[in-house]
Amino acid sequence: MSDDNKKPVLQIRDLQVHFPIKASGGGRKKGAVIRAVDGVSFDVMPGETLGIVGESGCGKSTTARAIAQLNKPTGGKVLFQGIDLCQASKSELLKARQNIQMIFQDPYASLDPRMTVRSIIAEPLIIYNKRNLLPQKMTSIEIETRVEELMERVGLNKAFKNRYPHEFSGGQRQRIGIARALALNPEVILADEPVSALDVSIQAQILNLLRELQKELGLTFLFIAHDLAVIQYISDKVCVMYLGKIVEKSESEELYHNPVHPYTRALLSAAPIPDPEVEQKRQRIILTGDVPSPDKKHVGCYFYDRCPVRMEKCGNNIPPMFNVGPHHQCACWLQEGKAEIATEEN
Amino acid sequence: MIEKDAKLILDVHGLQTYFKTDAGIVKAVDGIDFSVHEGETLGIVGESGCGKSVTNLSVMRLVQSPPGKIVGGEVFFEGDDILKVSEAEMRNIRGNKISMIFQDPMTSLNPFLRISTQMIETIRLHETNVTKQEALARSIQLLKNVGIPGAEERIFCYPHQFSGGMRQRVMIAMALSCNAKLLIADEPTTALDVTIQAQILELIQKVNHEMKTAVILITHDLGVVAGMCDNVCVMYAGKIVEKAPTDKIYKFPAHPYTEGLIMSVPRMDIKGEKGKLFSIEGQPPNVIDLPECCAFHPRCHKAMQGLCNRCYPPTVMLDDDHEVTCWLYGDEKQKKVAMARADEREKSEEVSK
Repeated sequence: MSDDNKKPVLQIRDLQVHFPIKASGGGRKKGAVIRAVDGVSFDVMPGETLGIVGESGCGKSTTARAIAQLNKPTGGKVLFQGIDLCQASKSELLKARQNIQMIFQDPYASLDPRMTVRSIIAEPLIIYNKRNLLPQKMTSIEIETRVEELMERVGLNKAFKNRYPHEFSGGQRQRIGIARALALNPEVILADEPVSALDVSIQAQILNLLRELQKELGLTFLFIAHDLAVIQYISDKVCVMYLGKIVEKSESEELYHNPVHPYTRALLSAAPIPDPEVEQKRQRIILTGDVPSPDKKHVGCYFYDRCPVRMEKCGNNIPPMFNVGPHHQCACWLQEGKAEIATEEN
Repeated sequence: MIEKDAKLILDVHGLQTYFKTDAGIVKAVDGIDFSVHEGETLGIVGESGCGKSVTNLSVMRLVQSPPGKIVGGEVFFEGDDILKVSEAEMRNIRGNKISMIFQDPMTSLNPFLRISTQMIETIRLHETNVTKQEALARSIQLLKNVGIPGAEERIFCYPHQFSGGMRQRVMIAMALSCNAKLLIADEPTTALDVTIQAQILELIQKVNHEMKTAVILITHDLGVVAGMCDNVCVMYAGKIVEKAPTDKIYKFPAHPYTEGLIMSVPRMDIKGEKGKLFSIEGQPPNVIDLPECCAFHPRCHKAMQGLCNRCYPPTVMLDDDHEVTCWLYGDEKQKKVAMARADEREKSEEVSK
């Protein structure tokens, strides 16, 4: 858990990522964009895990990629150690990325099939070594020992370092990806659905490994998943996203036991719980309809079309974030009058 | 919901489906037994590669051959062994009596044809005396039943104009179009989001209750099983390791694999400090070169050296409806006999070398 006097490592302010839509002829449709991320703000405190949860297409992966500048944000700020990464020069970005590493979703697609495990894990070290960006210049022998050390740390046999990714199972590949992300001793790890491609038994292994690593190395995680139970297990704080906007953010315990936003409530009630007794007693809130396409500009609440408790006001006014409790904010007009509008500390 | 004297719909005995590959024979399904009654929902759970999909493809006789082949066993559907009927008769059973919902709604519809064309085709293939108009009217009704708004117009759309959840609804409507007795749903919600998943599961449950259709639900999600199924089969490496009513399997999991599987899922309804998750060590087995005897023994936290790796575990009835295949429940006499046999076998192998 984070202290109040600590400074956030990452500050995201009004982040926007819009992708232009190609018209059928190949040219750009004038002004038409997909609003993948549409104004997202949050802070990440050192040593904590911030979970982002939401359905597919809500912009959670794009948020992570925009923080790492893999997709250039079209608006807003990503502040890391006082530098706005969106405006940073190439060399500044290179330095910052040493401290921001990513673990990807698909362990089959994120490892180069022509590289051995050794060269995959050593690659970040070699790149930064060449440019003299490491605290100390490393010799090739030192790099070799570091690779072995990393492999053991993530639970891989170091005798396998000359093997290729196809010789490993999904869980082992994800371990290789984690070792690669740890190679540069980063402060922040952006984990984009690191367990959703894995089987249940392997998923538990990887979740345990990530928590151990966090404790040992003091890592800060931004953890993205669509599985609500996984997010609750791993996170200290949780943001719930819908259509490119954060609808509710809070400490994990509070959010799961006292959800405020109608979308969060529906999401939590729809997630199945592996216990027949609990399942048979539960009341589900079934949302009608599907998630609308994120290509229009909204004038009202983003959840308006599917909301079971919508009011007239919601159609034409975008709800601001309301403070509904300590560290608990929710963007819903139902809170008007009951709670104060949150001011963004900057 | 199963009634007491419900009719037996599907009865599978010793089904074996093997695949010939360059690296060797893959025993995808290796001698499994299960049965489904009218109105029952049976869950088949297991991790990827454990043979749950192949089981159901075998029941539908849709295993591609070569490389796959059903090498043994019997599948009784309403009393007839459907592994013995001709291909023409089988075509009559598929869709008409047993229908299937596939995992991926994006690829199971033909993108070139309107929804109407595809639905009418299905109906008229199975019931030749239905006119196009009648089939269309019935299709619209079916789409309405599965909750597609504006079905009269939407039926003339192409699949790409529908969202994933709606396409899955169309698939369900098509599967229901001939009033099948048995519906096989192969991971019907894996490709969908939680809120859409809840809608689809609700729909399958409605069909199951109202039309007394028996359902086989294949999934890896223990949460889905808990809410939907009457009985559960847990599969590992081509074999059913445990079979029991849902309540029992979650409360008293007998097989170490089932126990591990249930404990390794994080629970979001439990408050308090989140300790370390229980995890099943090791990697999923290599299907070509399975571990000897009990395939789970290298990963098992209760494995007994000298027994589990040398002798096949017996199938024990713990209760009149709870079946488990594990040495933990074998009696001493059985263990001794099996050990003696394994000793003998090893000796004779040594001699012949």
